[in-house]
Amino acid sequence: MRTYLARKATIYALTFFVAVTLNWLIPRLMPGDPVQRMISRAGVQHPESIGPLVEYYENIFGLDLPVWQQYLNYWGSLLSGDLGVSIWLFPSPVEDVIARAVPFTLALMLPAILLSWVAGNWMGALAARRKWLDNTVLPASYLLTATPYMWLAILLVWGLGVVAGWFPVAGGYDFGLRPTMTWSFFLDLLHHWFLPFLSLFLVSLGGWAIGMRNLIIYELESDYANYLSALGAPQRLIRRYAFRNGLLPQITGLALQLGTVIGGALVTEVVFAYPGLGYLILQAVQNADYFLLQGALLFVVVGVLVANFVIDLVYVVVDPRTRTGLQGATA
Amino acid sequence: MTVPGPSPTTAPEEPPLPTVVDGPADTPVRPPARRNELLYFALRNPKVVGAMVVIVGLAVLGIVGPMLADHGPNEYAGPTMQPPSAEFWFGTTMFGQDVWVQFVAGLRSTFLVGILGSVVAGAVGMTVGFVAGFRGGWVDELLNMLTNVVLVIPGFVVLIVINMYLGVRSVPMQALYIGLFSWPWVARAVRAQTLSLRAREFVDLARLSGVPTRTIIVREVAPNMYSYLFMTFVLLFGGAILTAASLDFIGLGPTNAVSLGLMMNQAVQWSALHLGMWWWFIPPGLGITLLVGALYIMNVGLDEVFNPKLREM
Amino acid sequence: MSLRVDDLAVHYRTTRGDVKALDGVTFEIADGEIMGVAGESGCGKTTLGKALIRLEHRMKHVRGTVTLDGRTLPIADDHAMNAYRYDKVSLIPQYAMSAMNPTRKIGRMIRELVTSRGVAYESVQPELERRLRLVGLDEGVLARYPIELSGGMKQRVVMVLATLLDPSLLIGDEVTSALDVTSQKAVARALVEFRDREFVRSVVVVTHDISVLYQMADTILVMYAGRLAEKASATTVIDRPLHPYTKMLVGALPKVGERYDHARLSGIVGRPPSLLDPPTGCRFRERCPLAMAKCQEQPEFREVAPGHQVACWAVA
Repeated sequence: MRTYLARKATIYALTFFVAVTLNWLIPRLMPGDPVQRMISRAGVQHPESIGPLVEYYENIFGLDLPVWQQYLNYWGSLLSGDLGVSIWLFPSPVEDVIARAVPFTLALMLPAILLSWVAGNWMGALAARRKWLDNTVLPASYLLTATPYMWLAILLVWGLGVVAGWFPVAGGYDFGLRPTMTWSFFLDLLHHWFLPFLSLFLVSLGGWAIGMRNLIIYELESDYANYLSALGAPQRLIRRYAFRNGLLPQITGLALQLGTVIGGALVTEVVFAYPGLGYLILQAVQNADYFLLQGALLFVVVGVLVANFVIDLVYVVVDPRTRTGLQGATA
Repeated sequence: MTVPGPSPTTAPEEPPLPTVVDGPADTPVRPPARRNELLYFALRNPKVVGAMVVIVGLAVLGIVGPMLADHGPNEYAGPTMQPPSAEFWFGTTMFGQDVWVQFVAGLRSTFLVGILGSVVAGAVGMTVGFVAGFRGGWVDELLNMLTNVVLVIPGFVVLIVINMYLGVRSVPMQALYIGLFSWPWVARAVRAQTLSLRAREFVDLARLSGVPTRTIIVREVAPNMYSYLFMTFVLLFGGAILTAASLDFIGLGPTNAVSLGLMMNQAVQWSALHLGMWWWFIPPGLGITLLVGALYIMNVGLDEVFNPKLREM
Repeated sequence: MSLRVDDLAVHYRTTRGDVKALDGVTFEIADGEIMGVAGESGCGKTTLGKALIRLEHRMKHVRGTVTLDGRTLPIADDHAMNAYRYDKVSLIPQYAMSAMNPTRKIGRMIRELVTSRGVAYESVQPELERRLRLVGLDEGVLARYPIELSGGMKQRVVMVLATLLDPSLLIGDEVTSALDVTSQKAVARALVEFRDREFVRSVVVVTHDISVLYQMADTILVMYAGRLAEKASATTVIDRPLHPYTKMLVGALPKVGERYDHARLSGIVGRPPSLLDPPTGCRFRERCPLAMAKCQEQPEFREVAPGHQVACWAVA
């Protein structure tokens, strides 16, 4: 088990290293003077800030320093928590801008991922039981999983928001309200949260259902399932074993799907103008706020790494094969 | 969301593809008879046939549609904000552009990005997977590290950063970028398959006779995996389309070409949702859903064709 | 107890038609008898073994009856058979090494299994531990996962598990095929001991390895192409076989001490017939050195000497 976790930790450390390096490297691949380009492309609101900005960036980029020193400086500022200053929202530091957006994204993603995983697995298991269930659940799941995240979001906005008027279609909370710790504000938050959550939930659901259904069918054909049947064990017991064994690859699947779901959350937020990280990224792109974008990227990378590690820990707990010192099924 | 893959088997090794197709595992490859047999079953499988009809239909639309149009997708062809009519099958946009023409042009670039993206990802993933599985040792370890790193990095966000700085001017470039981030699961799956095939006698024989690695992979190992590789490409195709659509939707796609994602982007930006211009945003998303859905279902059907065990159920 | 099988026929459904894997077999096993079923791959012996406990979903029961202790087994009815499984009829499968759920501790799995069959685990636990010790295992294995045991250990655990409820009939499907010779001996001995201690009443041992049967079986049933060829005591089948197929089968066995210069192994030329569309009459006649015109008619499986049955026209 220790080797398994150590291995994973190494990969994550390496990934972080690569991500940071990429982050540092990519802007320098732009032709011409990066600072001038950034400033000229940026949606700078206050002309008087250009001067200090140029100075600031040249400092940060350290273009007069040798490359390796620039690189080390970058690491230095990163590790001290300094992600730079936002161009678009000058002079707010990037960390603050991101910190405001993160809770919204987490509130959207975490329930959507977890609930769709649970519900999808349950649906998939159900589908594997009866032919008629299989024939309805499966095509529906394929359709859902083939749906682009933003299109379902669009449909929900239009259908339930504009046409039916049941839900608001933009923002995290009503524009007229100010954030307060009151019950009514919380309800308003929920009201705005529901459609984006539903959108993410539905699209992700399909994939889990299909995966679990396939896994259960596979488990039901396994030797141990056959043997239990030969010994007259009730289907109930066999199905329970099959389900539990099928969950294992689904846990690993969670980690693998993170990238996709993040992309999905991003575009969903864009459709709903939901003030999370995704919407922030879009605005950073539109306003050419490079620092904000890079800060957001790093943040997402760290989040993904942490999530991966948590999932690995859960997997170790849940699959006895990893604990006996042998390689787990998906190590 | 686990990507639907070939039928359930080696669930442990490749989560996105819960299974491994049992190719011509025990019998040596008898080319003519086998191929005809596969074709026979493929043409009789309702999923494969149905899906092919949809895919080919959309492809034809994408190829022929723009050619038959009298105006370009971005031209101002008629009155603005018109619902579908006999003249404008899919109505017009906020600016009077023909949505139908945009749609078929978008289909074209969608197919293009799908094919190119899947080819790039497939080529990289299969090369990495074959070499890692076949060579083993430190080569395997190294490639595994690489695969794992690329796997964990949230590719979509990195794509955004890349597109921001370096810009994407054309569909092939976009496909290249997408391909470079979608290959890890392919590498893993191919590696697992290669590992199991490597232990076979006919491969040992080839090695003993001094045939170079590259040749062994191409001539001995790969042919036993053709069906699996084909299905991998289908999945990559679908995945590339979805990724490209998302990138286009955020406005980071090639701006010189019309794409379905871009259509949705413009629809949302210009308040089509609030104005109820459903003809502008429903067709592009529907097109993608149908195409990708057909691809996935075709994959399921192909799995039944290639895997006799499923066929006889 | 006794087992009586009457004209049992079980076919496999395939897209190309029915494979007549088991095409009308009749025999009896006495109480406490260990009967081996031998034959080439595809002769129907595994189908026979399976049919006695659980028909897989592509198998169909065409005709015939199986009677155990005077009661007819409802082999065609999967649900009704459940009452008999494990309790009256049990199985040591060919895949014993992977027969246990890899993510459950062995003890827990056994507990859940017997509980689901309406037996209190506490009531069988002492006996379970006793039998584990008998086969040379420590009761600590109950706290381990299958992956922590060696192949031989898993085999033994499955043996104990299969016989835990003292079934009347135990079917062993190729139980020695995946083992080395020493382990084979151990397993064969254990089976005989189980029978001697009345953990099981009668045993059917299905295997292609006739020499193992010689070591452990009381009687041997030789099958060919879905039909019975010969049945007699083990010594008779090995030393004084009557059916030409059995003779050639035994003749193909290497004997200890025999050397290549002195005597060559004789194989049997040709291959068994396709069971999709089997030939009429005796199915062995294509490869039989004694084939005559009469062989176009299916020979009866009848007793030619006390306790010795053969299906061959060439045997008086």
